[in-house]
Amino acid sequence: MNQQEGYADDIVKGFVIWSMVWGLVAVLVGVFISFQIAFPQLNFPPYLTYGRLRPIHTNAGIFGWGIGSFMAFFIYITQRLTRTSLWSPGLAKAQLWLFNVVIALAAVTLAMGMNRSKEYAELEWPVASLVVVLWVIFAVNIVMTIVKRREEQMYISLWYILATLVGVAVLYLVNNASIPVSLTKSYSAYAGANDANVQWWYGHNAVAMVLTTPPLAIFYYFLPKATGVPIYSHRMGVIAFWSLIFMYLWTGAHHLLWAPVPDWVQTLAMAFSVMLIAPSWAAVFNGYFSMNGQWHQMRENYLVKFLIFGITFYGLQTLQGPSQSVRTFSAFIHFTDWVPGHVHMGTLGWVSLVLFAAIYYTIPRLYHTEIYSIGLANVHFWLVLTGQLIFSITMWIAGVQQAAMLNATNPDGSLHYSFIETLVELYPYWHMRALGGVIYLAGLLVFLYNIYQTIAGAKTQAVAQRA
Amino acid sequence: MIEKKPIIFLLLATATILVGTIITMVLPFRWINDPKLAIASVKPYTPLQLEGRDIYIREGCNNCHTQTVRPLLSDTERYGEYSKSGEFVYDQPFLWGSRRNGPDLARIGGKYPDAWHVKHMKDPRAMVPRSNMPSYDFLNRPLDTSLSEKKMKALKFPYTQADLDALKGKSEMDAIIAYMQKVGNDIPWRKTGKAEVLGELKNPFQDNMSVLPEGQKLYAEHCAQCHGIELKGEVGPDLRDMDQPDSKVFATVYSGIAAGGMPAFGDTLGKERTWKVVTYLKSVHKH
Repeated sequence: MNQQEGYADDIVKGFVIWSMVWGLVAVLVGVFISFQIAFPQLNFPPYLTYGRLRPIHTNAGIFGWGIGSFMAFFIYITQRLTRTSLWSPGLAKAQLWLFNVVIALAAVTLAMGMNRSKEYAELEWPVASLVVVLWVIFAVNIVMTIVKRREEQMYISLWYILATLVGVAVLYLVNNASIPVSLTKSYSAYAGANDANVQWWYGHNAVAMVLTTPPLAIFYYFLPKATGVPIYSHRMGVIAFWSLIFMYLWTGAHHLLWAPVPDWVQTLAMAFSVMLIAPSWAAVFNGYFSMNGQWHQMRENYLVKFLIFGITFYGLQTLQGPSQSVRTFSAFIHFTDWVPGHVHMGTLGWVSLVLFAAIYYTIPRLYHTEIYSIGLANVHFWLVLTGQLIFSITMWIAGVQQAAMLNATNPDGSLHYSFIETLVELYPYWHMRALGGVIYLAGLLVFLYNIYQTIAGAKTQAVAQRA
Repeated sequence: MIEKKPIIFLLLATATILVGTIITMVLPFRWINDPKLAIASVKPYTPLQLEGRDIYIREGCNNCHTQTVRPLLSDTERYGEYSKSGEFVYDQPFLWGSRRNGPDLARIGGKYPDAWHVKHMKDPRAMVPRSNMPSYDFLNRPLDTSLSEKKMKALKFPYTQADLDALKGKSEMDAIIAYMQKVGNDIPWRKTGKAEVLGELKNPFQDNMSVLPEGQKLYAEHCAQCHGIELKGEVGPDLRDMDQPDSKVFATVYSGIAAGGMPAFGDTLGKERTWKVVTYLKSVHKH
């Protein structure tokens, strides 16, 4: 059927496979740097120190695994929701090629220490410029496909896709403005507190436009596909969408509470962060209510398990995030391990669970076969869930403990612990975190094996049919 | 409705995200880094300091160290007066960081002597037992100065030919230490808020032998890196035969000697534990 429609699905296959490769790299590096924090002798200078590997971990995760999969599913979803073949499959092929070049270049240049130091915008200007080219190619292709669509109404997923395309473009261009010195070195165009404010406007809204709107687009498409029942409320979708993209862009400065940026910016960021609970939870409720009368599918349909746990982690994440943006709570846990615990509930829990479901759904359809093993998919689910929970919970405890120790005072008003005394007590938690990472990695390997066998099975099947 | 018109939809979505963007990101440009907030004594980086800063960026030190002191007791007691935007006007990019796997460095300049930094960079655990910082021994290689002049021009920092000539023969280690010593060192209120000794100074543990083990343990944790585990001295002087009165020793440990590179330990130790260290120090004699 797909062949008849003329959908450009080979390119979807390419993006899915490459995003899985970069996802594996992200988790491998992540596990390694979690060991480096617990065992500093695992740093191998100059190229393999924590300071240089950490941005490789985040870039491979957010851009390699995240954006790679989003590109795959945006192309997949857009064609089906518009009942139109991709505007330019040739351009999409160039995009896949350039995408891999950019991610590989990112890994190499970051290991070599070419680094702008701004979190999630570390890439030096030549590589960052390639990212811009990549995004323009992608955006034009998707928008043109939507423009020439055969379906009049645009479904919720397409709204989130369009918002992602413009959102990322605006954020990336502004925060990457720099003064080049050579091919491998540039300085930020902004200075001091301005630079900080621009960076966290970008940093937090990358969470909005890269790690929230795309998985929502994917969730809204694949949940009804997986369950066979439509989404609960279109109107709720409309309200949640517009309020989400309106409010998110005000919240960046909650990363700068108590920092030397104007008080009113901090206060606005805090207020909007708290308000953001409403549109976030509207999406969660829309997901849950869509399951009315369908909850038995949690037991029967492994895809639903991934999707519903994904949206549940999104719900937890969007309660924790706003709480952290309240000044008093931020004063306590900011700069501690609480924050990596929070971030990984989002990336390992929300984003990745939804992506796993989408890959499990599409791969068999793209290769005209069945999934190799539902049993293994369940093993995968439990391993990644356990790994992520160990990671997040140990880091929450570690964060609270360190914050409490840093704040402890003596009767004479002096501080009870030196910084290093608080740090030393974190080692047991770092060991447990590393263990959580290893379990997650094991789950990921099970997943990759399952997908590999599915594709390999499909190919032998095809050969057998031809013979 | 607009769900049927993709281009209008796209424009509306863009407008929607630009509202918060303009109010919280574009407008603050008018107020942040306002010339009125400038601090006269904060100077641009010299070529050596700038090269050191670039090494700091290259090695990703900001992944573990913040450079912003919040106006909270636990921050100001530990690191000194809270950060103000005027301190950072020459910082492109800013290096405030977002996570403290190591201590904040906003007030590190002048806190330790160069020799301390050299030893610490080479082997962090020699100076801070159980630190999880990687070793940066490899920074002993020569400094690449081919871009130094272009960098100073790009940032519009003043420099002289003599400054550039002074880079000859420097190592990367020299550069990063020059940067470390500059961070927060030209800020006028850096010295204020330091622990001051008030009231009468009388050792509450005089001749109290029971506190010696704890004093020795505190010494090993906080002092031995510079003065040696046997007090024979290394970065700092030999302490085996101090004939100063207890009150003088207390004042030195508690408030430090800025000129001599001795950091103040009052913030970390508090009075009681400082007295225990003093009692231990006084109990050790050469003969």
